[in-house]
Amino acid sequence: MNWVGHYNYWVVIFLMMSGFYVVISRGNMIKKLLGLNIFSTSVFLLYISMGKIHGGTAPILTDNPNQVYSNPLPHVLILTAIVVGVATTAVGLALVVRIQERYGTIEEDEIRAKDDSL
Amino acid sequence: MIHLPVALVVIPLLGAAVCVLFRRSFIAWTVALAAAWSGFAISILIAVYIMKIGTLSYSIGGWPPPWGIAYHIDYLNSFVLLIVSGIAAVVMPYARTSVNYEIEEDSQAYFYCLLLICLAGLLGITVTGDAFNMYVFLELSSLSSYALIGMGKRRRALTAAYQYLVMGTIGATFLLIGIGLLYNLTGTLNIHDLAHQLAVNNIIGSHNRTLLTAFAFIIVGLSLKLALFPLHLWLPNAYTYAPSVATIFLASTATKVAVYMLLRFCFTILSGGFIFKLTLGKILLIPALAAILIASMVAIFQYDIKRMLAYSSVAQIGYMILGISLATPLGLSAGILHLFNHALMKGLLFMVMGAVNYRIGAVYLNDFRGLGRTMPWTMAAFVVGGMSLMGIPLTAGFISKWYLVQAALEKGWWPVAALILIGSLLAVIYIWRVVETAYFNPAQEMEAESSGEAPLSLLLPMWLLVLANIYFGIDSSIPVELAGRAATLLLGGAS
Repeated sequence: MNWVGHYNYWVVIFLMMSGFYVVISRGNMIKKLLGLNIFSTSVFLLYISMGKIHGGTAPILTDNPNQVYSNPLPHVLILTAIVVGVATTAVGLALVVRIQERYGTIEEDEIRAKDDSL
Repeated sequence: MIHLPVALVVIPLLGAAVCVLFRRSFIAWTVALAAAWSGFAISILIAVYIMKIGTLSYSIGGWPPPWGIAYHIDYLNSFVLLIVSGIAAVVMPYARTSVNYEIEEDSQAYFYCLLLICLAGLLGITVTGDAFNMYVFLELSSLSSYALIGMGKRRRALTAAYQYLVMGTIGATFLLIGIGLLYNLTGTLNIHDLAHQLAVNNIIGSHNRTLLTAFAFIIVGLSLKLALFPLHLWLPNAYTYAPSVATIFLASTATKVAVYMLLRFCFTILSGGFIFKLTLGKILLIPALAAILIASMVAIFQYDIKRMLAYSSVAQIGYMILGISLATPLGLSAGILHLFNHALMKGLLFMVMGAVNYRIGAVYLNDFRGLGRTMPWTMAAFVVGGMSLMGIPLTAGFISKWYLVQAALEKGWWPVAALILIGSLLAVIYIWRVVETAYFNPAQEMEAESSGEAPLSLLLPMWLLVLANIYFGIDSSIPVELAGRAATLLLGGAS
């Protein structure tokens, strides 16, 4: 098995786990959203790596029938997923702004303390 | 007839745009009502067609299935379509009064817009026959539901929505990884083509690592979305602090659609659900039983009744997953049937919460004192909904519990059947607390103007669901027939 040749998958796994760790361990809501973004970006890389073919060029129709080209479908799919990711981040940030307005803080432990004191 | 499946998704999406264009609350409500009712009418037409012909396929833009996105409807989809669009059709007339009370005038149009987008997403998940398209629709419905929950009056609604956003996005991303691995394995995204490719290339039989990893990701991701027991943490807060209409709609549709996705992935793609017979059935059985017991017990100690019902939702999801995890025709149809019955009873109970909130302003246990006299029709509706939740004969809840117990006994699993009954007894306890407070405690000596029966616009949809709960408890032939056919279809590949 070629360990080094699959280095982009190792990058994917590293990014995925570090993003996930940030989401779980951080109490700051903006940092959590950053972690979430890293987490989902790693999946984008996973899809893009799948579509790549060694020696393949961009999928453009040419006269040469033997032209090797990368699979464009995962790339297109990930365009959609990027849009979804942007929308999620937007909704998340909007919520954080509203939380800051209503609570005066975006640290989870402080918010919990304020909720419990009522 | 030809374009009906796509109309289901397009109508609410266009309606959402119209809502934002006009910004007037009344126009937005009218549009939402029209969209929801036409969606229900289309679902009925499709169901009638399906009962006659069997399946209905629609290729978007005329591209044939393995390449283009195809909508594919069979018994299971059409049943879920009926649930989702039916609940939407009942919720919309209710929404006007409740939304007027709970949401500020300028943001009401946006509320209806979000509700329609959520409906479009849920219907989209149900009709589509393409795995990636399912993910996109899932995110569409989830994103709008985060915003819907965040529109709740209390500030805790915001943190609840944020928590749901983080957990929901992790779940959806897991699903995306799983779908990506499946694509890597087969080179297709169409659900029926996926099933075909997996079977033809003998990937299923060979204990392929990628396939198992893909399904591990898909099942954990979907369990987050459907709030299976240890992954349910977002649900109680989200349902408690969301506006009443959003709670009614989400509680009776969103988790059901996630259960539908689980069925689609595990039974249609892996023909006959072999993965359940392998190990997954037992893996899912434990959280399902834990959900029934623990969530019901936690529900007993809640003082916010909306929160109590939210925990009871977690328990009821346990029943559905329990039925599915048995992976027998009887268990599967009991699980599918419980999707329908739970939508009826939880929709009804949360409607009662909305009405109580409309009159009293809160739904703590203390607020229910004396409501048996001041709001007789509302509390009678609560009693019927509660009986349905416990599974008392002549209500819809009884039918699915009955089938569940039979399915467990058929497998010879006596302890499981006993646990189902214990779960029902726990439901008796937490429902009885409310009934006792409402009927046997003296009313609060409070200002007379706020007490009184809920307005007719809230009572009519509520009582429609009461009648549905009773009707489907006496004559259950339609849902039982549909659920049975869906179960045989799902298990069909096994034989």
